[in-house]
Amino acid sequence: MAKHATPKLDQLESGPWPSFVSDIKQEAENRAKNPKGLDYQIPVDCPEDLLGVLELSYNDGETHWKHGGIVGVFGYGGGVIGRYCDQPEKFPGVAHFHTVRLNQPSGKYYTSEYLRALCDIWDLRGSGLTNMHGSTGDIVLLGTTTPQLEEIFWEVTHNLDTDLGGSGSNLRTPADCLGQTRCEYACYDTSALALEMTREYQDELHRPAFPYKFKFKFDGCPNGCVAAIARSDFSVIGTWKDGIKIDQAAVKAYVAGEFKPNAGAHSGRDWGKFDLVEEVVKRCPSEAISWDGSTMSIDRKECVRCMHCINTMPRALRIGDERGASILCGAKAPILDGAQMSSLVVPFVEAEAPFDEIKEVVENIWDWWMEEGKNRERLGETMKRLSLQKLLEVTGQQADPRHVMEPRHNPYIFFKEEEVPGGWDRDITEYRKRHLR
Amino acid sequence: MAEVSFKGKTFEVDEDGFLLRFEEWSPEWVEFVKESEGIAEITEDHQKILDFLQDYYKKNGIAPMVRILSKNTGFKLKQVYELFPSGPGKGACKMAGLPKPTGCV
Repeated sequence: MAKHATPKLDQLESGPWPSFVSDIKQEAENRAKNPKGLDYQIPVDCPEDLLGVLELSYNDGETHWKHGGIVGVFGYGGGVIGRYCDQPEKFPGVAHFHTVRLNQPSGKYYTSEYLRALCDIWDLRGSGLTNMHGSTGDIVLLGTTTPQLEEIFWEVTHNLDTDLGGSGSNLRTPADCLGQTRCEYACYDTSALALEMTREYQDELHRPAFPYKFKFKFDGCPNGCVAAIARSDFSVIGTWKDGIKIDQAAVKAYVAGEFKPNAGAHSGRDWGKFDLVEEVVKRCPSEAISWDGSTMSIDRKECVRCMHCINTMPRALRIGDERGASILCGAKAPILDGAQMSSLVVPFVEAEAPFDEIKEVVENIWDWWMEEGKNRERLGETMKRLSLQKLLEVTGQQADPRHVMEPRHNPYIFFKEEEVPGGWDRDITEYRKRHLR
Repeated sequence: MAEVSFKGKTFEVDEDGFLLRFEEWSPEWVEFVKESEGIAEITEDHQKILDFLQDYYKKNGIAPMVRILSKNTGFKLKQVYELFPSGPGKGACKMAGLPKPTGCV
């Protein structure tokens, strides 16, 4: 017997996609039955009240969560997102409904043993509802009360060896594509970098010291499977310096139809026989590929490493052997001054453990931004306000044509005084001797 | 909103235990809050941080950035956490009577 009538939500139980409503109802029922005989530490009907408040929001077209919420655990300035219902009498089960962010493993690989242990903690001390995962990467435990926060923190640290994730004006939980664990395109070990950076900067992650939030994301190649270029202030994207490796016999196998283009990604529709010239050669953005009917070659100097040919013929074309990564900075969502993707700052950096070259860039940027960044100003906005030149200066980068898509078209060009013979101190009377008024 | 009484004073607070009105702050408030913020005794160092937060808030109408708090008080962030275990926002600002930090926390 459901506690609240939810006619609108009930409609979302039909259709083929997994229904979050059915799942929440299942958890509500499980808690009501309590087959394990748990001494639930928050209201047993929490998931039912969540459905109740959600149905009310569906009717009103308005949220029913109060503004903000500041809760946490001692020692940390973030990790928990406090939240209170604005109808606590009607829905006491969600009067407190705080979210706990847990730091996920690189690439989100789990054992069932670990997940079971986590669920056991959450069943007892939380709502039983989660988000796997938050878009930054964290395991999200959705809904508990303030007194349970320290209890949960004690259990996850002592029994699961797991820490909280980040929230607030600090380093947020880093995330990576699954990299070399199961992708032949990965140019460096993204999992190792994510773990190393998470450990190295624990202090910055747990105790907000920044002007605003700051995110790391690590993509193994330009395909961007963790979307570093769009969703991290500091985006590390793998690449290589030498040429693409070509297996001519495998190229012929693609041409002959033995291997499916794009590993069969378009097999849901008949696109005709694979046409190497139309599908690869002519689509190369820098026209660097040639095919004489039996041999494929790539002009490595012109290749921009866009991944298209490799993506299309993964069994014939492989990333080079001189591997590393590019560092791009400044991606952010629209607020305040418009959306940004990251801009290229370091075209090629070594990406081998312990990743000192990458850490040096990070720390140079933080030294600058922590001092110069305004309150709630993302790195991308500081770059806009104080210029890309300044960022290159603080990271010790020599300006390079690769730093721009195209040169500026306006002539409002600043010079440094020392670059200009005679400097800025000029006497108007000297000038008047040659130019009468 | 809840009302709490301590040593003859009453304070109106929100769910997170922040004062609703800065003007209602009094030294008793600090005594009342300290335990829930994991503080046994208010030392001179605690007081220095609380005083700075209050001065800054009265002058500027906002809480200072963490960097400004550190610079002006001379306490590194690590020391601030040693003094206020839940940090400068939830710990120190709450005790100083400043409004609850907002935004994407």
